[in-house]
Amino acid sequence: MRYLPLTSADRAEMLESIGAASVDDLFVDVPAQARLPGPIEGLPAHASEMAVERHMSALAAKNVSAGSAPFFLGAGAYRHHVPASVDHLIQRGEFLTAYTPYQPEIAQGTLQVLFEFQTQVARLFGTDIANASMYDGSTACWEAILMAARVTRKGKAVLSSGLHPHYGEVVRTMAKFTKDEIVSLNTELTAEPDDAAVIAQIDDKTSCVVVQYPDVLGRIPDLSAIAEAAHAKGALLVAVVTEPVALGLIEAPGNLGADIVVGEGQSLGVGLQFGGPYLGLFGCREKFVRQMPGRLCGQTVDADGKRGFVLTLSTREQHIRREKATSNICTNSGLCALAFSIHLTLLGGEGLAKLAAVNHARAQAMIERLGRIPGVEVLNEAYFNEATLVLPRDAREVVRELAERGVLGGVSLGRLFPVADGLHKGLLVAATETTTAEDIETFATQLEELLVGVPA
Amino acid sequence: MNAVNASGWRPSMGEAGQAGVPATSSGDYGLMLEEPLSFELGADGKCGVDIEDADRAPMGGLSKFLRKQMPDLPGLTEPETVRHYTRLSRQNYAIDLGPFPLGSCTMKHNPRLNEKMARLPGFADVHPLQPVSTVPGALEVINELAFWLIDLTGMHGVAMSPKAGAHGELCGLLCIRAALDARGEERHIILVPESAHGTNPATAAFAGFTVRSIPATPEGRVDLEALKASLGPDVAGVMITNPNTCGLFEPDMKAISDAVHEAGGYVYCDGANFNAIVGKVRPGDLGIDAMHINLHKTFSTPHGGGGPGSGPVVLSEALAPFGPLPFTARTADGVVHLVEEENASEFDHTQSFGRMVAFHGQMGMFTRALTYILSHGADGLRQVAEDAVLNANYVLRMCEDVLPAPFAKSGPCMHEALFSEAGLAEGFSTLDIAKGLIDEGFHPMTVYFPLVVKGAMLVEPTETESKAGLDRFIASLRSLAERAKAGDESLHSAPHFAPRRRLDETQAARKPVLVWQG
Repeated sequence: MRYLPLTSADRAEMLESIGAASVDDLFVDVPAQARLPGPIEGLPAHASEMAVERHMSALAAKNVSAGSAPFFLGAGAYRHHVPASVDHLIQRGEFLTAYTPYQPEIAQGTLQVLFEFQTQVARLFGTDIANASMYDGSTACWEAILMAARVTRKGKAVLSSGLHPHYGEVVRTMAKFTKDEIVSLNTELTAEPDDAAVIAQIDDKTSCVVVQYPDVLGRIPDLSAIAEAAHAKGALLVAVVTEPVALGLIEAPGNLGADIVVGEGQSLGVGLQFGGPYLGLFGCREKFVRQMPGRLCGQTVDADGKRGFVLTLSTREQHIRREKATSNICTNSGLCALAFSIHLTLLGGEGLAKLAAVNHARAQAMIERLGRIPGVEVLNEAYFNEATLVLPRDAREVVRELAERGVLGGVSLGRLFPVADGLHKGLLVAATETTTAEDIETFATQLEELLVGVPA
Repeated sequence: MNAVNASGWRPSMGEAGQAGVPATSSGDYGLMLEEPLSFELGADGKCGVDIEDADRAPMGGLSKFLRKQMPDLPGLTEPETVRHYTRLSRQNYAIDLGPFPLGSCTMKHNPRLNEKMARLPGFADVHPLQPVSTVPGALEVINELAFWLIDLTGMHGVAMSPKAGAHGELCGLLCIRAALDARGEERHIILVPESAHGTNPATAAFAGFTVRSIPATPEGRVDLEALKASLGPDVAGVMITNPNTCGLFEPDMKAISDAVHEAGGYVYCDGANFNAIVGKVRPGDLGIDAMHINLHKTFSTPHGGGGPGSGPVVLSEALAPFGPLPFTARTADGVVHLVEEENASEFDHTQSFGRMVAFHGQMGMFTRALTYILSHGADGLRQVAEDAVLNANYVLRMCEDVLPAPFAKSGPCMHEALFSEAGLAEGFSTLDIAKGLIDEGFHPMTVYFPLVVKGAMLVEPTETESKAGLDRFIASLRSLAERAKAGDESLHSAPHFAPRRRLDETQAARKPVLVWQG
C-alpha cells in the first residue's frame, strides 16, 4: 500500500521488540465478540492511484461546472477569479500539512498569516479587531448572536427578513436548544429592505438585531439608522456580509455603527466547492474581545526580544475553559483564511475597490439587459453585484428550463425560501468580474425565449 | 523585556562571533530568513492582479452607500506575494517535513492525489444551489462517502453537514435533544469523563445541557460503577471518547452503553480516535448512538494550520430520524437525491432537528476523504489501524524505562502512547522535553493533555512513520529524558534552533495586540 511505510519485516521485528506475538495482541482490550475477523465484507479493496483517479474523475464529469456555462448564481456563494498564485501557495506543504499553531516557535508562518488575516478582516469590516476565522458565514452569524447575548445580558435577537434564509434556519435550529428568543420577519418582494420593520421590533429586551448587508435580495439596508435605533435600546447591531467584495465599493458596516460584523469569506480565494469548506469572518469592537468566540492570534516577543506571534486569550476557549468556554469551536478554517489573505494581499485596498467597481458594472449591464425582457421586473432600487428579478411565472421552473438550455441562470427564491408564500416568481441573479457580455446576452436570449417565446 | 528566559543561550547566534564571522547585516542567516508583515512590505497602488477598468459609474441608487475611504490595505505584486508567503511557510513545521506526533490530533500523511481530485472543476467549481440536475456527481460523492462511513462504523445513518469535530459533537447532542423532546422527556444532564477533550463539555453546555464529570479508574478507563451510580431520570446521555484520550480502548464500552440505554439515555462517542480501530471494530456493535468522525484525522484531509475540518456524524437507528438537513438519499432507481426542508416528508424525515450550516457541508473534504478511502480500501484501512497501533506500542515500550507510562503497565495502548513527567529532575517538566524535541528537529507531542496525568505527554506517531523514522524519534526522546533527569539547564532555554525562541504568552494576553497597529 503506497501510503504505509512499514514492511512485513519491520512489523515482525517491531512485534518481537515489544514482546507481542501478533498485532491482535495489541487489540486485546477490544472484546473478542466485537473484533472483526478480517476486512469488512462487501467493501472494495485498495486501489491504485490511477484507478481512484478514474473513478473520481468520472463522478466530477457528471457535474456542470460553473466555468463551463453562462453562470449567474450567488445567494451567499460567488464565483470570482482566483489568481493562480493563491492555490499554489496554499498547497505548500508547510502550510497545508501543519497543525493548529500550538507550538509557536515552529509555527510562525501560520501565526503571522493569521495576524495579517485578522488585520485585513478588521480593516475590510471597519471593526477594531477580528478573530482567526469560524467555520462559515452561517455559523459565525449564530456565534455573533450568542456573543451579543453575553455582552448585553439579554436574550432576544431580531433577524431582518433580508438575512439569508439558510442563516436564519441555522439560527432558529440552534436557538431551539438554547432557549434564546429569535424574532424572524417575513421576506417580501419590496424594492426597499425592511429597515423600518426591524427597528419597530427593537425593545429593551433585545440583545441584537441581525441585518445582512447587502441583503439576500441584493438590497442595501441603512445600517446607520438601524444602529442608532438599536443602541438607543441597549442592543447591538450585528451586520452580516455574504459578499465581502462589496466592501470595496460600499461603506464598511463597522464605520456605520455595527458592533459585530460577521461574514462569509468564500468570495476571496476560496472558490465555490459545492458549499464548503468556506470561511467564517468575525470582527467586533475591541471592548468585547474577551466575549469573542474562536481563536485569536496576538503579537508578542520571544526570549531574544524579537517580534513573534502566539495564539492568545485562550482562557475563553474550550480546551482551557471546558463547559464555561465562549464557544465549543476548535478546528476553524485556517487554510481558507490563508487563501483569503493571499488573495487580498494580491489585491490591496485599491485592487479591491477596482474589483468591486467591475463587479458592480457587470451587474448593471446584466440587470439592464434582463430588465428589457417583456414581463421581467427589476425589484431593487440599489444593488451591488446581485439583484432580484420578478418573472411572470414560477422562477424555479424557469431555472430548471434554463439549465436544460445550458444556462445556470441564478437562484430562484422558491429554492431559497421553499415554504414562504408570494416569493415564487422571484429570481436572484448575480454577476462578477468573470461574467462576460456574451454570457449576459446568452442568458437574456434564453430567458426571453422561455418567457416570451422565440421571436418570429 | 526578555522575561521569559533571560538566561538563554543560542549557539546558532553565538557561533557567528566565535568562528570569527560577524553577524549579518540583513539579519538573515543563509536559509534562515526573517520576513516582515505584508503591510510593511506593501504599498498603496501596488496590485498583483490585473483588473480591467469598470465601463460605467456606480448606479445612482448606490450613491449614499459608497465607501468614503478604501480599506487601508497595501497591496503586493505577484512576485512579492509569492516570496512573502513562501518565506513565511519556511517558518512552519509540517508533516511533510517530519514526524508530527501530536496525540489526539492525528497528523498523518496527506496524499496529494486527494488534493488533485478535490480540484477537478466538477467538484471545485460547482455552486451549492445549482439545479440538482446539474450536480449528480457531487451528490454521488456525498452518498458514496456516507455509505463507507456507515459500513465502517456499523451504524444506521450519517449526518454529513457538520463542519468539524466539535460541530459534529453538537450535531450528535442536538439529535439526542430532539429524540428526548419527541419522547416528551426533559433530561438535562450529560455525563462526561474527566479525561475528555475540552470540546465535549463545551459542546454539551453550548447545546443547553448541564455537564457532570465522571471519574477515571487508576487504570485510565471510565469507572463503570461510578458511571452507573450517576445514571438517573435526569441524564440525557454520556459522551465517551473511545479509544479514550489516554490512548486506551474502553473494554467496558458495551456495558456502559447497555447501562445508559437501560436508564433511558443515549451514548455519544467522540470519534476523534477512530483511526485506531477503523476496520478492526465497529462502534455500532458497541451500542453507540452517535459518533462524529473527523475526516481530517482518520481520513487524512489536511489540517491546513487549523482547519478546515469536517465532522460527519454516524447515527443509530434511534437517533437517525432526528439528523439535520440537508442530506443525500439514494432511491431504488439509483438516483441520489438532495433532501432539504421542502422534500423531507417525501423521504420520511420530518423529525429532523433542522439545519446546522448554510449549504451541504465540507464538499472539498468529502472528495479528499473518499479518495483516501478508495485508495486504501477495506483491507488497507484495517492495515492503517494496525500500523498506527503497532507504531504507538513500539514507542511506548522503547521509552517506558526512561519516561513513566502510567496506564500501560498491564497492557498495550492503542494508537497513542501516554507518558508522564514523573521522575525528571526537580525544576524540569514536560515543557522542557517538548521544546527540546523542537531542537531535535521534531514536532513535540501533545503536552499537558489529558488532564488526568500530571505533565502528560501524548505521543501519536500514526501509520505514516517508518521504523527507521520511529527509531530516530525514540533516540531523541530518550536522550531528552536523560538530559532532563540529569538536570541539563540548557533544556530550560530550548528551543535554540527554531525561527523563534520561547514566546512571551503572558505579555500577549495581558495587553492583546490582535491587529497591526501601523
